[in-house]
Amino acid sequence: MGTVSTVLSPPALRTGMALAGAGFRRWATYRQAMLAGAFTNTVFGFLRTSVMLAVAAGAGGVAAGYRGPQLATYVWVGQGLLAVVQLWGWTELSDRVRTGDVQSDLLRPVHPVLSYLAADLGRAAFALCSRFVLPMVVGLIAFDLYLPHRPATYPLFLLSMLFATVVSFGVRYLVNLTAFWLLDIRGVIMAWLLCSNALTGMYFPIAFLPGWAQAVLWYATPFPSILQAPVDVVVERGTAGHQATVLAVQGCWAAVMLAAAVVVQRRAERRLVVQGG
Amino acid sequence: MPLIETTGLRKEFTVRRKAGRFRRRRHAVAAVDGIDLAVERGEMLGYIGPNGAGKSTTLKMLTGVLSPSGGEARVCGLRPVAQRTRLARRIGVVFGQRSQLWWDLPLRESFRLLRYVYRVPSAEHAARLAECRRLLDLDEFLDTPVRQLSLGQRMRGEITAALLHGPEVLFLDEPTIGLDVVSKQAVRSFLADLGAAGDTTLVLTTHDLADIEKLCRRLVVIDHGRVVHDGSLAELHARYDSRRRVVVDLDAPWDGTPVPAGATVETVAADGFRVTFGLAGGTAGDLVAALAGTGSLRDVSVLEPDIEEVVARLYAEPA
Repeated sequence: MGTVSTVLSPPALRTGMALAGAGFRRWATYRQAMLAGAFTNTVFGFLRTSVMLAVAAGAGGVAAGYRGPQLATYVWVGQGLLAVVQLWGWTELSDRVRTGDVQSDLLRPVHPVLSYLAADLGRAAFALCSRFVLPMVVGLIAFDLYLPHRPATYPLFLLSMLFATVVSFGVRYLVNLTAFWLLDIRGVIMAWLLCSNALTGMYFPIAFLPGWAQAVLWYATPFPSILQAPVDVVVERGTAGHQATVLAVQGCWAAVMLAAAVVVQRRAERRLVVQGG
Repeated sequence: MPLIETTGLRKEFTVRRKAGRFRRRRHAVAAVDGIDLAVERGEMLGYIGPNGAGKSTTLKMLTGVLSPSGGEARVCGLRPVAQRTRLARRIGVVFGQRSQLWWDLPLRESFRLLRYVYRVPSAEHAARLAECRRLLDLDEFLDTPVRQLSLGQRMRGEITAALLHGPEVLFLDEPTIGLDVVSKQAVRSFLADLGAAGDTTLVLTTHDLADIEKLCRRLVVIDHGRVVHDGSLAELHARYDSRRRVVVDLDAPWDGTPVPAGATVETVAADGFRVTFGLAGGTAGDLVAALAGTGSLRDVSVLEPDIEEVVARLYAEPA
């Protein structure tokens, strides 16, 4: 309890905001890379939408409970969210462990998990303004997308994206922490990429799987909370109660992943060997 | 009470060595092997040793980054590992080969961010930054992203970053490594002024012994994880019988003229036209007066004891 109140104290929040702002500005530096990424996401959006609409048509207009416009929205929101939750390729922490630069992180009076989380939220905010918006605008112009009917869905979607980013951060942070033991984490990264593509709802909606597999994925793994959850919230799959359940599951996974990151960080620091002298 | 105090501080690392085709044996290697140290507030301490002696490992234990395998350490009255976050607000650390700045952001942004990270009141932060900007000439590259700074510029930025929260102790791990002569002088001069002000305790590790000569009154030498010398530079010279040298150039080859007591001939070079004398006692003036009497004295230079040579002799001693 004391730790939570310390983290949420006004000075700590100001520090967090400053770190998040730095994360935003840091990523805003590379505008051409942002445009290239948004372009690629948009191209793949067209390809994936064509496949999904064909699936819906083949299933008589409704596939696993999604109508055509909902599936198109699933694709375009997913393409935009890829960068927001940074589904692929974050090895900054493991690189710093490998080079020994991680000691600079440990010399600051801010817990490394909070410091990296704040910077990641800043990065996600920039991605939301750029990498999410650009493909969504193209998708809205080119396809008949499903727009939420319930006004409450819009703030719930924002909350769901926040949870998704935190869950994704937690998983990525844990993957990177393995560098304290392994140094070379390419194998772990490969496993994460496999899971992040197949189990988050990136390749296909989780609802396409058998019921038991869906239950296992939603409740026993954090993966659907990273991508499928915000998509299901925004396409209003099921009732408002279902939306609340999805958000509750995401919230739980966000808390679990952050707690796990803090615990593993503590163990990792005990076995720290600063590389490179 | 000392600001930094260690008793029997130890750090062991486990290394695996090949013990057969498929077998590896674990060995414990002591990087730091029982360091006792007391540093008073305001001291400027040079902490030197050969590569692998345990200097950086000691610093990492004192800053709370590494957990000691044994012994005790207190810095600013705090236990470094257990109270690392509190300690971080009271110390500054500069690693010559690492950066604490944000790579993609301009230097000014890094400094602004550090104000929030260390929770420094705005006026204090502004005053310290203004002082560092003036003394370290930061203005010309304050808006340049850190990744585009030269090593000398970055190091000036690193030192500023380590001082903006007003630390009681500043740990410097090879702060002049790789710097050109001008940048080295700028960094040394700044640190000398900082140490002279007396508010900040400096602990400096370096391989550049000129840093030590210019900055530190006290020198701790470690080798194989143990302290082999703790005292002033003069005491180190006395311990190794360091001598001043007088090099004379003559108009005629050296003929063995008697010299005052305490002066000995060390080398005769250039076909006898250049002679180097060691002075264990007496003065250079006595020696020069004696040589001037021969009528062949052309030129004289006096060389102070060479710290590099003394330290090399110290390192060469068996541990």
